Amino acid sequence: MDKMPKWADIVLIPLISLMLAFAASGLVVLAIGENPIQAITVMVKGALGSTSGLGYTLYYATNYMFTGLAVAVAFHARMFNIGGEGQAAIAGVGATLVILAFDWPHWALALPFAIMGAALFGGFWAAVPAYLQAKRGSHIVITTIMFNFIAAAVMGFLLNGVLKNPNTQNAETVKFPDGAHLPTAHEFLAPLGINFSKSAPLNISFLLALLCAFLVWFLLWRTRLGYSIRAFGQSEKGAKYAGISAFKIIMISMFISGALAGMLSINVVMGEQERLIKEFVEGAGFVGIAVALMGRNHPVGIILAAILFGMLTQGGFELLWEMPNISKEVVLVIQGMIILFTGALDYMVRGPVEKLFLRMKKGA
Amino acid sequence: MANAQPTERQETAAPAIELVGISKAFGPVQANKDITLSVARGSIHGIVGENGAGKSTLMSILYGFYKADAGEIFIGGQKTLIPDSSAAIAAGIGMVHQHFKLVENFTVLENVILGMEDGPLLRPSLAKARKLLQRLADEYELGVDPDALIENLSVGHQQRVEILKALYRKADILILDEPTGVLTPAEADHLFRILQGLKEQGKTIILITHKLREIMEITDTVSVMRRGEMTATVKTAETSPEQLAELMVGRKVLLHIDKKPATPGADILEIKNLEVTDEKGVKRVKGISLEVRAGEILGIAGVSGNGQTELLEVLGGYMPASGTIRINGTEIDLTGKHSDGQSRRARGIAHVPEDRQSEGLIMEFSAWENMIFGYHNDPAYNKNALMMDNAAIRKETAAKMERFDVRPPIPALQAKNFSGGNQQKIVLAREIERNPELLLVGQPTRGVDIGAIEFIHQRIVELRDEGKAILLVSVELEEILSLSDRILVMFDGHIMGERDPAKTDEKELGMLMAGMETNGGAN
Repeated sequence: MDKMPKWADIVLIPLISLMLAFAASGLVVLAIGENPIQAITVMVKGALGSTSGLGYTLYYATNYMFTGLAVAVAFHARMFNIGGEGQAAIAGVGATLVILAFDWPHWALALPFAIMGAALFGGFWAAVPAYLQAKRGSHIVITTIMFNFIAAAVMGFLLNGVLKNPNTQNAETVKFPDGAHLPTAHEFLAPLGINFSKSAPLNISFLLALLCAFLVWFLLWRTRLGYSIRAFGQSEKGAKYAGISAFKIIMISMFISGALAGMLSINVVMGEQERLIKEFVEGAGFVGIAVALMGRNHPVGIILAAILFGMLTQGGFELLWEMPNISKEVVLVIQGMIILFTGALDYMVRGPVEKLFLRMKKGA
Repeated sequence: MANAQPTERQETAAPAIELVGISKAFGPVQANKDITLSVARGSIHGIVGENGAGKSTLMSILYGFYKADAGEIFIGGQKTLIPDSSAAIAAGIGMVHQHFKLVENFTVLENVILGMEDGPLLRPSLAKARKLLQRLADEYELGVDPDALIENLSVGHQQRVEILKALYRKADILILDEPTGVLTPAEADHLFRILQGLKEQGKTIILITHKLREIMEITDTVSVMRRGEMTATVKTAETSPEQLAELMVGRKVLLHIDKKPATPGADILEIKNLEVTDEKGVKRVKGISLEVRAGEILGIAGVSGNGQTELLEVLGGYMPASGTIRINGTEIDLTGKHSDGQSRRARGIAHVPEDRQSEGLIMEFSAWENMIFGYHNDPAYNKNALMMDNAAIRKETAAKMERFDVRPPIPALQAKNFSGGNQQKIVLAREIERNPELLLVGQPTRGVDIGAIEFIHQRIVELRDEGKAILLVSVELEEILSLSDRILVMFDGHIMGERDPAKTDEKELGMLMAGMETNGGAN
């Protein structure tokens, strides 16, 4: 069967899905007696209309890129890692321990070590369920989601115990040393003559996310390991025939996945909070599943989907602020619609568009 | 059922089925082109054609799975619309699929009435079915224990249940899709007796197959399909296998390959007392010993599931076993702890697996990615410790595709977009071009077109003539007989005996395959 052009697959279909999602959301907004056009305008303006809004959008997008890439790498090995939430949280502990261990002279020195700490801890938190899957056959979906709860408990234990800042009431660590402060967008864009918002949390981790996206692409499509991961994901029997070790692939792909999810803590803990707090992941681990799904598990798609989800998050907050009649739940509904239309209902749009292209081709 | 117009019982000589001008396209692919076919009542009508010739599509239209783009269907002279399979059943059409559609943990009786229960309570329906089944069993040699669980039945018996299901639904016209693929020759003969009996009772049978021998043996009329068109319909008595093959492929085909006598050398592979127990703890191979010499093809015949698959998997390095295996005199590890597919390849064993779709190829991968599958750690395919040399692989793939006549010769095309024959050529190109000491070949021509079979057989014989050892496992007796220099028959994990292909025939091998001793075995 003939296929439609690639641009239609990558651009046109998501765009139509998005339009449908906006239309459906519009009906919801209409139903509660608000103006849908106004709502959409507020969302888009809130997400992109100022450097502050943009700064928040890209800050959230950074998180979603990390968790989206994490889901995608595991998915290529046919492992459904839904434990990004817990892996990111534990990675935060790793990053924090590294940062608090020394009085870092400069962020450029602190960053690589913090990355290592986060990657090791996040990777380890994913490696335990991976081991159970590879050796004992415990289903990875069940174990990774259970590990989210364990991670939450561990965080509570640590932040009320050994890691707690004795000088506050809150469950949080002491503030990180100044030498570990990551440059914000305001700081690193100022020398270029760009005046970026001072309040926006966007920081250098955004570039780290883009680098990770490139590395994931390189890993999957340019290295032997990536080849083996994809082969194993497509056919376990085939991998056996070829002599690719299932144990090795499951362990490595899940470790990489957990490490990528862990990078979220660099953005949030090191880049924004500058201390470890209890619930800093805020659901980004789960959003990563939708991002990977919408991005077709390809790094480029994931970057685009993450930015869209970043816009939704930031625009949603703005909507709550600007239109008090629209409650938090309605914002969730709108976000849910977009996930539903772009992710799950993809084939609803794809079928007719494909037919249309075939017909046009025949006519031509 | 309401959709079908009831067939009138006409005593005239109207054909049981008449298809007029049936066309069906899937996107740009024309699967059926203006097909006209008439099947006489009370006859056995064969339909042959290569894979992708459109046989299955045509039968799916007749059974209501697909809707034809154009054309009409007449059942017993009456124009009939068949929008779904229940309409087909109402019109008296029954279908026995290649892959059975039975519920494994139900009894025969329960399977037969499934979907045809008379009311909410099962007991009356079961009692009624039991009576009818008994009658059918007596009439047509269709004896099956009605209370046996499907999973405990042999494949041949399961197939009888499928036929009983169709008859219970009052089928007058029975379509069988590749019915003998999974049967021993004896079971196939029994099936043919059943079909003869059904025919004598006035039933009409359509037999879809790629085995020309069966067509010659049992059909009255045969229709040949090629590239979506019905190229010929002839009386079976007035044609020959050679003529049918030519009609199918569109050119002359060598049905038997010419090969020189083997000149065997030293033992390449020696197996002693090999035992294999599968993951469920069932013993699959029960102490076999054999050797394959350089420059010969050892054929292993047997109905699938008698230990041949496990034998190949052990040799391929991904199934643990006990016993000893020597390659060129050196023992190899069988525990699975120090060996895998990679270390076997390093020993010079190449493996064309039985199941190319889930083992031999990654269907979503491109041809060039598949061309290094299993050899992806070879330095020739890698720039350095990290990166693969994709450009070099693509270049080599293009050359191999040309040498093995893979069509279309596009390295970037995904494996799933090639036909079965061309997929198999990709696997063969990969394995043979490694110039192995020992080639393991499982079911080399399963689901492969006649034209490609000829090519694949020639390549295997060429490799033999280069002095390599070849272990061939196949369920196709014709293939075993024409390729092998020696034949072993496996049954229930044992080797039943060795035969010389020149001094044996399908009948004797068939008995061995069914576990019966023969006094052949001259050697």
